[in-house]
Amino acid sequence: MTKSLFYSIIFHLMMIVLTALSLPFMTREPINLPPIVSVELIQITDKTNIPFAPKARKIIDKVKKEEKRVVSEQAPPSAKAKEKPDRIPLPNDKEEKKEIIKKKQNPEEIKPQIRQSSEFEKEELINTNEIAALIDKAKEEQALKEIENKKLTQSNVKNSFATGLSLSEEDALRAQIFGCWSVPLGLPYDKDLLVRLKLELKKDGTILKSEIVDHQRMNMPGQKFYKILAESALRAVRLCQPLKVPPTGYEKWKNIQLNFDPTEMLKG
Amino acid sequence: MKKVILLFFVYLNLIPNLNALIKVDITRGNLDPLPIAVSPLHVENSSEKLENIDIKKLGINVSAIIEKNFRSTGLFNPLKKEAFVQKPDIAHLKPRFEDWRLIKAQALVTGKLSVKNNKLKVEFRLWDLTASKEMIALSFTTTPSNWRRVAHIISDKIYERLTGEAGYFDTRIIYVAESGPKNQRVKKLAIMDQDGAKTKYLTLGNELVLTPRFNPSNQMVTYLSYFRNLPRVYLLDIETGKQEVVGNFPGMTFAPRFSPDGKKIIMSFAKDGNSDIFTMDLETRVVERITEHSSIDTSPSYSPDGKYICFNSDRSGLQQIYVMKSDGTNVKRITFGKGIYGTPVWSPRGDLIAFTKVRKGRFYIGVMRSDGTGERLLTENFYQEAPSWSPNGRVLVFYRETKSGPQGKGFSAKLWSIDITGYNERRIKTETDASDPSWSSLLSK
Repeated sequence: MTKSLFYSIIFHLMMIVLTALSLPFMTREPINLPPIVSVELIQITDKTNIPFAPKARKIIDKVKKEEKRVVSEQAPPSAKAKEKPDRIPLPNDKEEKKEIIKKKQNPEEIKPQIRQSSEFEKEELINTNEIAALIDKAKEEQALKEIENKKLTQSNVKNSFATGLSLSEEDALRAQIFGCWSVPLGLPYDKDLLVRLKLELKKDGTILKSEIVDHQRMNMPGQKFYKILAESALRAVRLCQPLKVPPTGYEKWKNIQLNFDPTEMLKG
Repeated sequence: MKKVILLFFVYLNLIPNLNALIKVDITRGNLDPLPIAVSPLHVENSSEKLENIDIKKLGINVSAIIEKNFRSTGLFNPLKKEAFVQKPDIAHLKPRFEDWRLIKAQALVTGKLSVKNNKLKVEFRLWDLTASKEMIALSFTTTPSNWRRVAHIISDKIYERLTGEAGYFDTRIIYVAESGPKNQRVKKLAIMDQDGAKTKYLTLGNELVLTPRFNPSNQMVTYLSYFRNLPRVYLLDIETGKQEVVGNFPGMTFAPRFSPDGKKIIMSFAKDGNSDIFTMDLETRVVERITEHSSIDTSPSYSPDGKYICFNSDRSGLQQIYVMKSDGTNVKRITFGKGIYGTPVWSPRGDLIAFTKVRKGRFYIGVMRSDGTGERLLTENFYQEAPSWSPNGRVLVFYRETKSGPQGKGFSAKLWSIDITGYNERRIKTETDASDPSWSSLLSK
């Protein structure tokens, strides 16, 4: 009797020990559910119609650039002394000069200098330059035009912020005109092929008035190709009408400019 | 104070943006063929009757040639005449644009012709149907037998007006017409319009002829033929039929081609197993050596400005394409791909070089930029070579040999054309088998 009781106690103890040991392994790890992200459905139009966005971005870019410039301009006197005083800096030399100065600078010395300039001083430096850029609007516009001409993809991005159309609305309009525009294939793709077409639209998207911005170029000698290109652009919008415009905000898109440029396409 | 001024300027700058003009960039378009309606030309009732030509059908025939030319480009889609909504004579005066737009036409060609005092007068108008206005109107007077050429010239004018580049319809192709079994092949020089019509044989076929090449500035042809069992370069005036041997070389001359101004012939001269490139001035007959290398340099072709020459050479082991200045200096290899490259031909536009490539037993016709980059193989086959450019640099003509007969034992050589985009491959119909085509410049400039 005592023997069997003894065995029972031993077996029960063993069971308890085993259970105590195995339980932690048997416990399942809690499922790591990702936190629920709440998404608010909004109209893209509301978010992409920020008229100040491009300017704001430009200012931010400028601030970044100016910060860099502050660093390079505040070179230690020793570094500046090494420059040739008689040398008239050429426009192309600017970048080169900056690089040279940067190389000569001791990075350890620059840091304290940044700290030295107060936030107000910094802001003032930036703002002065910015004002200069703002006053010289002609230059800015020219730069924008160049960007438009050279980096089409960039200008696309810019447009989506700058225009009164949302991304999806602009894409719809673009896709519609892509389908209507038969590109003349014999154009010289090493020349400026930008045709700017100003349109005045009716509420239903039909064209009230169309105008080639650089129309004087059409009759210039050696610009025969431009006339052909401009005509093809006009044909495209006429074929496409009524254009796919948003049902609302007529005043915003009443006047619209389409920039036709087949350079990338022709280069293939 | 400074801050106030700054804010004022920022405000001024932002005002225009409140009412900024919406700008949308259109950087792509479609490459679908342009739907065009070519109305039959109206024949005036007062026209005289002609012996060999049915004047009543001439209007339809001229429009049919224009249509065929357009269709062959792959850039236009001539619409079916059954769908036309206006009579030719009324449409030529003033088309009802909205009616033509209904059949999805974007451009309309109308015209009329008449024969008086044995002179054919043809006029045509091209209408932009979306803008509802006339784009071009011209009139031509010629001898009635020239009616095909008038149709080609009209095609060129319309093509140029709509695409922005010169046409290539009023041109001819010279080629080697072949007949007979392979071991007894008879080869004659033949010339035809670019659409395959009006074939004329220039030699009798007694001697073997090869590689005819047009002078880019006039209707002269240089080619290779056998003279006293020695291959020599010949010059032929198509109009007069006069032939002459080019230069007095003590060996074999071959692969001739004209310089862009037509004043020189560039060719290969082979002696003692070595071949180099020479030029000969056709006026002074002065011969100039361009390359001097122990390898085989051949197939020279000038750039359209005459400043550079491309050629093929095996100086690196395998046959590859090289470019050098026209005086023979600054030789640069431009092809480094796998395979053998040959028959380089510089585009009349100057931007591309066409070539034949052989790789793993297959023949390719391709184009690349003049620095060797951007290689694009346009067509591949069992055997094809000798590309030649259309005068506007958009189309290539070449020849292709294929096995023929029920058991594939025979073979046939045909002319083919292809667009530089690699699309629109078409066979050019010839009376006999054909090889070694060369495209002329525009006859009417």
